[in-house]
Amino acid sequence: MTDAPATVTLLQETRHRSLWSDVWAQYRTHKGAMLGTFIFVFIILLTIFGPYIHDADPQFLDIRNKNAGMSWAHPMGTDNLGRDMFAQVLYGGRTSLAVGITAMLLSLVVGTFVGVLAGYFRRLDGPLMRLTDLFLALPLLPLLLVIIMLFRDTLRAAFGPETGIFLLIVFVIGITSWMQTARIVRGDVLALKEREFVLAARSIGTPPRRIILRHVMPNILSPIMVSATLGVANAIITESALSFLGLGFPSDFPTWGRLLFDGANFMTLTPARVIWPGLAISLTVLSVNFMGDGLRDALDPRIRGR
Amino acid sequence: MKLKFILTTTCALCVVASAAIAERGSDGQLNIIYWQAPSTMNTYLSGGTKEVEAASMVIEPLASYDPNGNLVPRLVDELPTVENGGVSEDLMSITWVISEGITWSDGTPLTAEDAIFTWQYCTDPAGGCAQASYFDGITSIEAIDDRTIKINFAEPKPYPYTAFAGAESPILQKAQFQDCMGARAPECTDANFGPIGTGPFVVSEFRPNDVITLEANPNYRDPAKPAFGSVLFKGGGDAASAARAVLETGEYDYAWNLQIEPEILTQMEAAGKGKVVVSFQTSVERLHLNQTNPDPALGDMRSVYDEGNNPHPFLTDPVVGKALSMAIDREIVVEAGYGRTGQVTCNVLPAPEIYASTANDGCKVQDMEGAKALLDEAGWVPGSDGVREKDGVRLSVLFQTSTNSVRQGSQALIKQWWNELGVEVELRNIDASVFFGGDPGSPDTFQKFYADVQMYTNNFAGADPEAYMGNWRCAEIPGPDSQWQGANIQRFCDPAYDALVDEMSKTADLNERGRIAKAMNDMLMQSYSIIPLVYRGGTSAHANTLEGVRMTDWDSELWNIADWTRAE
Repeated sequence: MTDAPATVTLLQETRHRSLWSDVWAQYRTHKGAMLGTFIFVFIILLTIFGPYIHDADPQFLDIRNKNAGMSWAHPMGTDNLGRDMFAQVLYGGRTSLAVGITAMLLSLVVGTFVGVLAGYFRRLDGPLMRLTDLFLALPLLPLLLVIIMLFRDTLRAAFGPETGIFLLIVFVIGITSWMQTARIVRGDVLALKEREFVLAARSIGTPPRRIILRHVMPNILSPIMVSATLGVANAIITESALSFLGLGFPSDFPTWGRLLFDGANFMTLTPARVIWPGLAISLTVLSVNFMGDGLRDALDPRIRGR
Repeated sequence: MKLKFILTTTCALCVVASAAIAERGSDGQLNIIYWQAPSTMNTYLSGGTKEVEAASMVIEPLASYDPNGNLVPRLVDELPTVENGGVSEDLMSITWVISEGITWSDGTPLTAEDAIFTWQYCTDPAGGCAQASYFDGITSIEAIDDRTIKINFAEPKPYPYTAFAGAESPILQKAQFQDCMGARAPECTDANFGPIGTGPFVVSEFRPNDVITLEANPNYRDPAKPAFGSVLFKGGGDAASAARAVLETGEYDYAWNLQIEPEILTQMEAAGKGKVVVSFQTSVERLHLNQTNPDPALGDMRSVYDEGNNPHPFLTDPVVGKALSMAIDREIVVEAGYGRTGQVTCNVLPAPEIYASTANDGCKVQDMEGAKALLDEAGWVPGSDGVREKDGVRLSVLFQTSTNSVRQGSQALIKQWWNELGVEVELRNIDASVFFGGDPGSPDTFQKFYADVQMYTNNFAGADPEAYMGNWRCAEIPGPDSQWQGANIQRFCDPAYDALVDEMSKTADLNERGRIAKAMNDMLMQSYSIIPLVYRGGTSAHANTLEGVRMTDWDSELWNIADWTRAE
């Protein structure tokens, strides 16, 4: 009687298994995460290929056709200057998503690097954490103002107005949002460092570099993943805030945040102007959060298989 | 019989009493919303319109400007003129006679001494008076008697109605402010927050940058006014929500400065709770074309005039400016961003009538083909990417303005037309508090003008354009030597123009002044260093139940608040 399940397990284990296939299997059972992934991929595909299907110029002003409702020519209507909303949402999505993902990657790399070093090497802990505190204490908005004021013209001259601002914004958001990741990672590393398997690895003379990469990193993947997904959402929202203040991209360069901001006054007249970009931001942020949720569950061996 | 008598008398008394109540203070509370909140009630300590307007309910000048820009007597019986002897023949002095029986809200009489004190208060070198320009050229003010004020000028003043005319130079009470001279001026919080005035209301509570409550002045000169017993003056929010509070929800009776898209305003007005009022003065939304080179590679010499040695690579050529102007369809700019709160204009000096030129009216109609032909003829031909160039110089401009959805809309429209013309345009918008902040350390102020083209509105107070047109003298060009102060923003410099400015300051005849002002305006327009776009009106909204509003853009909008009443 008791042998039967054991045999089944044995039989299953003969099939090829890896960490990532386990993770994927677990991830697939998370309905929210699957839905989130589907929507996120859909939005990305739409922003990449949409403009080829709906080929209206998002910057073309057709003033005679302003504040139009939904129609075949303008599926989301037009704004108060006669610009096609659907085209603007599609192009805006490219910018917003590119900013969100790139800034997230940057903050993730910086945050993980600082967190692991601070957690693993006691001597670096103090200085690095004080640096983190310093960054946390910096008033974000004045800092952004100064950075943008100082480097805007240089970057504009080097890369052109749009790429220059893109690099600047990604850098600015990345450099001001890594602190949370660093703190979480440090905490986890501190705990992991004292665990038996790390002690065992150290006792047989494994160099720190390898301990970090082989034993520590895989175990802190889940908090990193979660902060990555939160980071995307945060970056999209910060970019919107910057656009509000006129510090972001030029005013005729659509991003979701700017569309939302410009549409706010027209909420009662043409509600489509806030609904669509708002929906795009919410769906993206929500789906990314669900993906993070699913990933965390999938990466945690204690939850996996339950 | 006795009973009947008592009853009749009581009845007669109650009729009298109710009539008296129906006069001052009978209409309850008036609610006003200004989306920028006043920080003081002392006009002389703030250059901001919001403070001037709030204070105008309490402290008054001798004369005000009506909606047509005419000066009307306020604390005097008649305006001094050369004809009635109030202004001396040689234009060296003006004599005002205060009406009989005008008292401050504390019951003491208004005297010439108060006016003299106000002049001393504002011209104290340590005081930093925001309205000092109204007292320019005054050598002394004397009290001929208690009610007669004589103002003496250093040189003949063709337009002598500067001091004590208009809401920006009201009279302060000497008794209240005499210990607040010079550097101590900002310290007198009680006086600055609750000045004693001659106006229809007195401050009962002042919360800076928030709410002001006012009560009817018990000693106001007209016993029947004001009809409102109290005023709640709320500051803060934004233009759209202020408009909504009056037009849609009816929480407030009056809202000021509603620069929002016309379709939104129309939609709000359709709710039927109030109406939008517009008054035109001299505000013109214009483009300035930088006459100096703003190239970042120049470092400290960016946008510095340098005696003409640092010219812009192409914008000093009037042909380019003219083509840029011709390519703009001003009708559409007005329609998209201003509606009935704006009119097409081709002049930087659109009013008063006698100063408004008609020589440039051709710009009212867009002429894209003409503009293209003009550039073709001048040798600016489209390159491989469609951008026109000549001798290796590309027509590529950086176009900046302050952050405001109406302005960004106009920017987008203009960009589209200029692109069609073959001019590359990059847009930039800067937060209004930085753009207009005047901080010499910031690269983004409109004075520094580190861009090729910029757009904003300017105007002048009062009805005389002399000082305003003097802004475009060579000496007014902002630069590092002047801490970037100066009003000649586009760096226009022409000795012939300077000569006209000097001529105007010596001319007294009104028609002759009109001719000179028009000539100056035309000279500016034909240099194409300024491209006027929209003649803008001040826009406010008031509730349908509020009567007596005579909106003016020449003076405080609340100039006749004593006459406002509540309709049943």
